[in-house]
Amino acid sequence: MAKENQKTESGKEGKDKGVLYRIAGPVVVAKGLKARMYDVVRVGNEKLMGEVIQITDDKCVIQVYEDTSGIKPGEPVTNTGLPLAVELGPGLLTSIYDGIQRPLPVLQKKVGDFISRGVYADGLDLHKKWEFKAIARKGDSVKGGDVIGEVEETQGMVHKIMVPPSISGKITDIKSGKFTVEETVAVIDGKKEIMMMQKWPVRVPRPNKKKLAPEMPLITGQRIFDVLFPLAKGGTAAIPGPFGAGKTVSQQQLAKWSDADIVVYIGCGERGNEMTEVLTEFPHLIDPKNGRPLMNRTVLIANTSNMPVAAREASVYTGITIAEYFRDMGYSVSLMADSTSRWAEAMREISSRLEEMPGEEGYPAYLSTRLAEFYERAGRVIPLGKAYNEKEAKEGSVTIIGAVSPPGGDFSEPVTQGTLRVTKTFWALDAKLAQRRHFPSINWLISYSLYLDVLEPWFAQNVSAEWRPLVDKMMTILQEEEKLMEIVQLVGSDALPEKQQIVLEVARMIREFMLQQNAYHEVDTFCELKKSYLMMKIIMHFSDLANNALDKGARIKDILQIRSKNKIADAKFTKQHEKLLADVQKEMNADFDRLIK
Amino acid sequence: MKEYRTIKRIAGPLVFVEKTEPIGYADLVRIALPDGTTKNGQVLDTSDDIVVVQVFEGTRGIDKASGVKFLGETIKLPVSEDMLGRILNGAGKPIDGGPEIIPEKKMDITGAAINPYSRGPPRDFIQTGISTIDAMNTLVRGQKLPIFSGSGLPHNEIALQIARQAKVVGQQEKFVVIFAAMGITNEEAQYFMRDFEETGALERSVVFLNLADDPAVERLITPKMALTAAEYFAYEKDMHVLVILTDMTNYCESLREIGAAREEIPGRRGYPGYMYTDLATIYERAGMVQGRKGSITQFPILTMIGDDITHPIPDLTGYITEGQIVLSRELHRKNVYPPIDVLPSLSRLMNAGIGKGKTREDHKQVSDQMYANYAEGRDLRGLVAIVGEEALSERDKRLLKFAAEFEDKFVRQGRREDRTIQGTLTIGWRMLKAIPRDELTRISPEMKDKYYGKESDYVNEGAPASADVKAEAKAEKREKPANKEPKKAAKPKQKQKTKKKK
Repeated sequence: MAKENQKTESGKEGKDKGVLYRIAGPVVVAKGLKARMYDVVRVGNEKLMGEVIQITDDKCVIQVYEDTSGIKPGEPVTNTGLPLAVELGPGLLTSIYDGIQRPLPVLQKKVGDFISRGVYADGLDLHKKWEFKAIARKGDSVKGGDVIGEVEETQGMVHKIMVPPSISGKITDIKSGKFTVEETVAVIDGKKEIMMMQKWPVRVPRPNKKKLAPEMPLITGQRIFDVLFPLAKGGTAAIPGPFGAGKTVSQQQLAKWSDADIVVYIGCGERGNEMTEVLTEFPHLIDPKNGRPLMNRTVLIANTSNMPVAAREASVYTGITIAEYFRDMGYSVSLMADSTSRWAEAMREISSRLEEMPGEEGYPAYLSTRLAEFYERAGRVIPLGKAYNEKEAKEGSVTIIGAVSPPGGDFSEPVTQGTLRVTKTFWALDAKLAQRRHFPSINWLISYSLYLDVLEPWFAQNVSAEWRPLVDKMMTILQEEEKLMEIVQLVGSDALPEKQQIVLEVARMIREFMLQQNAYHEVDTFCELKKSYLMMKIIMHFSDLANNALDKGARIKDILQIRSKNKIADAKFTKQHEKLLADVQKEMNADFDRLIK
Repeated sequence: MKEYRTIKRIAGPLVFVEKTEPIGYADLVRIALPDGTTKNGQVLDTSDDIVVVQVFEGTRGIDKASGVKFLGETIKLPVSEDMLGRILNGAGKPIDGGPEIIPEKKMDITGAAINPYSRGPPRDFIQTGISTIDAMNTLVRGQKLPIFSGSGLPHNEIALQIARQAKVVGQQEKFVVIFAAMGITNEEAQYFMRDFEETGALERSVVFLNLADDPAVERLITPKMALTAAEYFAYEKDMHVLVILTDMTNYCESLREIGAAREEIPGRRGYPGYMYTDLATIYERAGMVQGRKGSITQFPILTMIGDDITHPIPDLTGYITEGQIVLSRELHRKNVYPPIDVLPSLSRLMNAGIGKGKTREDHKQVSDQMYANYAEGRDLRGLVAIVGEEALSERDKRLLKFAAEFEDKFVRQGRREDRTIQGTLTIGWRMLKAIPRDELTRISPEMKDKYYGKESDYVNEGAPASADVKAEAKAEKREKPANKEPKKAAKPKQKQKTKKKK
């Protein structure tokens, strides 16, 4: 299969032909076509792109990636003989694609502001010349995955040119210089020509040497994620939430601020205007790590809800294949899919047009298998090929963060359930919190992360040994608050024992000072681990002081009225948080001293 | 053009024709009845053996001897600037007794998707004059913001008020209103028409009417017709267009009817599995295109069946549109107009349209704070029902009062009352001032310095606050003598405005 991918499409076209028999929406039936499952075909006189999804007797069922209005029975169908593949090579970064890797700017240039059908566009710019720097030498023996050269794709981002997975042998020729992605940069065994572009079928995971267990957090700069429910690099997370619960903003925050080397963002069946927000905002964002544009390490895929449904189904695969390709170079990649429910619905729509027997809620019976297969493509791996650098072992990761949009906010529906079975971190969005404008509206009581233990050593080593104990304490308080609130609902907070009133107050501080974070505030939008740690510490410090004061006979009313504690909130909005928090601590200590006296 | 007399089966709105030449998918169809009338339809499914046609005007009167013509083109709407001021039926034919519209061109009604890369980011604030929308769920140009309503709620009045008052501050240009009615009653239609005529809005409007007794299948093309007209005015004539679609629930029912007639496998509650995609092709036609002056803003109205927001129609709509305005039966019963419940309402594009230079720097923070307080106050009502108000803490009592004031002074306004955004924010600050400064955690110290102190004499101003609110606010002042707010130059203009409204 991989060998075929090295060939260009044109060589095979025109071999197998059939005629259209039936057209009903995005699913069409062809007669007399010789095809394998998932072969890409060209449909009708306008050569619309489609994919074979069912074969019976002499008929093939094809899902078409474009609008089929006006297509008639009897029009020709041609098989390309190739599976749906993406083009991988320099030029991916900064690109904006639709679900089948057509660059949207190119489509705009070709057909204008509205996407008409039958337009073909290459995934990579075939004319642009890249500066290729050979690393391997003539006579080296190489195998699949070995890096033979480099291209500086965007400022500071090195694109490593690898030997395609199925090829090995001795390099007989290699040269540095300016090349297009289709020109030969190296020759192996005198006959196998290597170019910078590889093709890979999207539905097949790219191979790797070994999968590793995750051990490092993906730092997101969002307090509730980093502190309470961390996600590991190479891990999987699901964000399910009803509409209006802030799912998209959370996803975008993650895309902007997470410390991955490469970000792949899939807007799958989402709103056009929101995609525009991403498309217009991302190019202006500056990477907090190195001051360069964030787009330099980003690939965007935008298949909005009104674009063809079959392309929506493909968009998720297109994205994950690109992510795996960068992983193979040794990068950590984070992939956001917004939203996997739209993807599942695309599957359902196509399945129902195939008149397949539906499973739960009309979704196809293979829904959970597809979901699991997709999330399994995440992971921290040792890629194929030699270590790129002698000192450090070659290692890459793909972290998947999938948004789920459960109908009516009901988490028991099939897509959410299928996703939860395979993901390890669960960030539950809560519409009630969003209505109170508590953002990010992650419900701390039902969310979870199974990476807490795995990541504990890392936090102890890199932030503070107190990290995990503090996190546990905070969680305990939040859970206690939930229980107490039930009582408060009945009798009011004044009736509670004094210690418990303090728990309520501390819980309020945790919620308002720690968990709430303003994505639109220039400082608060990103919070480093150290700052989270300091804030966590001072809140718990207040808790200790308050309990201590209570033991020494202070009145609960006076404790709750201490104003200095409210200044902790100001730390969110300033870069001088260390000084501010130190001052607050002093002030708080003084206030309590006075109380006790 | 060949006429076939090979109808094999007629079922519900569908006609099955056999032994045809190759027929294009989605082509327009004309059926000639024996009594001389003609009906229009569209190809839903085409194959060598059989062609399935959905008939827009219903299949009544069609028999097997009727002649079927396939026109070889998809459905097109003739457009021209003369459409302004005209009333058309759900299929785009004039029904106001006026002359035929001489088309400038014909446009395909299934508009192509806007390339996401070509879209312009919607960020121009539209002032609707309704506080709950302007301050809490801000609308921007190019947005699609549905009204989730229930039977018997005044969604039509709200839609009309918006159509009447909507403007971009600082720009004189009025919106062109495209009104598409799907399955609404004759009475409702007349209500709309009367208002359009009285306010002179009709001159800048195009009305598509498919009434409750018009064929249900015709409803499936009405919104597409309306949006095609909207695209013509927005992208070719550089106008700003406001599209009101009412009632989307009827549209979805028609979709289900067709699905059932085709014996498709139904999805949730019998609605077809492709309803999401189908609705998306309607709603996603809102927006702006870079380099073109016009814009399309959509106001779809839908009645939630059984007031259930998780019903497939509001649910799928909410996933496509950029927020929703939710009407509340409870507020309506309390005689609050407009009965907009801000808690489940949302505008996703709000942040792009507000803030310094657009509305006012404090807008977001004020709105967040009011949301938080109102939400908490509403929760407390449940508690009060059990323990009585006496058992509440001072803070809780304040919030409870805030919630009541919020509904009474902020949400409630007149049907013709057009509040400026400054006026709205001023009302907001008045209510926030009944809360101690420290408890306003969503507002930054700078904003509090600037606005919290201002107009602090509000209580003495004879404002409508009840006696104990006054007392409490005064007590508040006594409590915090340290809180010396610099009385910055208050804006007397604003004060007057808000006063007048009381």
